[in-house]
Amino acid sequence: MALSRDAVLARLFELIQPFNTKAVPLAEDTRFADDLEFDSLTVMDLVASMEDEWDINVPLNLLPDLETVGQVADAIVKLKAEA
Amino acid sequence: MSGTPPVDLLAKFDAIRTEYAFLLSTGLSDPFGVVMERVLSPTRAIIRGRETILVGTYNYMGMTFDPDVIAAGKAAMDAFGAGSTGSRVLNGTFATHVAVEQALKDFYGTKSAIVFSTGYQANLGMVSTLAGKDDVILLDADSHASIYDGCKLGNAEVVRFRHNDAADLEKRLRRVPAGKGKLVILEGVYSMLGDVAPLRDLVGAAKAHGAMVLVDEAHAMGFFGPHGRGVYEEQGLEEEVDFVVGTFSKSVGTVGGFAVSNHPHFEILRLVCNPYRFTASLPPVVAASAEASIRKLMAARDKRERLWAASRKLHAGLKAAGFTMATETAESAIIAVLMPSQEACVVMWSALLDQGIYCNLARPPATPMGVYLLRCSLSSEHGLDDVDEIVRRFVQARAASQALAA
Repeated sequence: MALSRDAVLARLFELIQPFNTKAVPLAEDTRFADDLEFDSLTVMDLVASMEDEWDINVPLNLLPDLETVGQVADAIVKLKAEA
Repeated sequence: MSGTPPVDLLAKFDAIRTEYAFLLSTGLSDPFGVVMERVLSPTRAIIRGRETILVGTYNYMGMTFDPDVIAAGKAAMDAFGAGSTGSRVLNGTFATHVAVEQALKDFYGTKSAIVFSTGYQANLGMVSTLAGKDDVILLDADSHASIYDGCKLGNAEVVRFRHNDAADLEKRLRRVPAGKGKLVILEGVYSMLGDVAPLRDLVGAAKAHGAMVLVDEAHAMGFFGPHGRGVYEEQGLEEEVDFVVGTFSKSVGTVGGFAVSNHPHFEILRLVCNPYRFTASLPPVVAASAEASIRKLMAARDKRERLWAASRKLHAGLKAAGFTMATETAESAIIAVLMPSQEACVVMWSALLDQGIYCNLARPPATPMGVYLLRCSLSSEHGLDDVDEIVRRFVQARAASQALAA
């Protein structure tokens, strides 16, 4: 079943919130490294929570290309459609 | 000529260069620039003119100065010359290479063995070649850099699971679409904290989902399992594990890497694996030394017992002296002391060198984030009196570094 991108984005904002210790306002173009200042360990934890939420594997190979929240939403919709 | 200004490609390392320069400016010893002026034995070397106890060499079985190993190397150097000057698949296979592969087959009881020029290249070659474009690699988050680099060199999809967590691996295996090839990559002993993997649970999950399994036993060869094959042998998994990767640069006492397997078509890798076929083979002196060493390790029960006794005593001694250990008990021959910060770690490491103790300073990216270690490893040639001396000097170094901080 295909997921709506809007639904994914809304849930993604919720999943990021526990890691958003600096209370940065979240938008589609929010960047994980530059705006949220996530380190590699935080990224790993966030990826794990996304994987559990949508029951998918997010391959490591994808991560370097995912700089913004919107890009992650696109990737999840695509991974879910392929699964 | 265009007027485009050049970009300095080394500028991206400015932050680490500045940090390193600051470290050296404090007058502490350079933890990444130790020179052994002379090596006296598996346990002693001259560093800065001073006899130093070596507590960080991975020379677990003390084979570097074994007379039979040295004699075999010298004889091969005389007979075959200094180097092979070629790839194994062209002019680089000598009788010494065939002999060391036979020694590995005898040691591991496997049908096949392939030798690489280093342990790093063995992982690079095996990981990048076994898993192709339509396959999925599932690897432990704390895997060695050579495994991660093997993933980058290959074209497979890479999925990471939580360190030593079989339930997490199982969950990720379940999400892989049916019909995809799967390779699960594990290590028997993880080389930073020295913790042993629950291979039975991890391999069980892998096999339940039809995955093939590769286990790196670099830090376990010689002293885990009835034949010293590694943690996988100790946990009774010889039928389940498809590929074992290892190295000559630890227990064997020289340099080189290898993979062994009972897979009926394993030998085809020689023709398709770039880190095997596009590099020069090991020099004959190394191949012959390794062969002699491996054959001796098959009957090295006394060495194993001495190594375990010394390792357990070191762990207990440091713990009793109030150091924070990375593992509750001595799980392997890597005994790591956890330090609260990078600064404390460097000061203590430097004070230890002043006391005539060389151990390894380990920090990210070698360690997991935020973990700073003084990593010790012993050899079977360290006596129990050496261990007492090492603990005594750790206590003295702590006092000296606390005086410095005060």
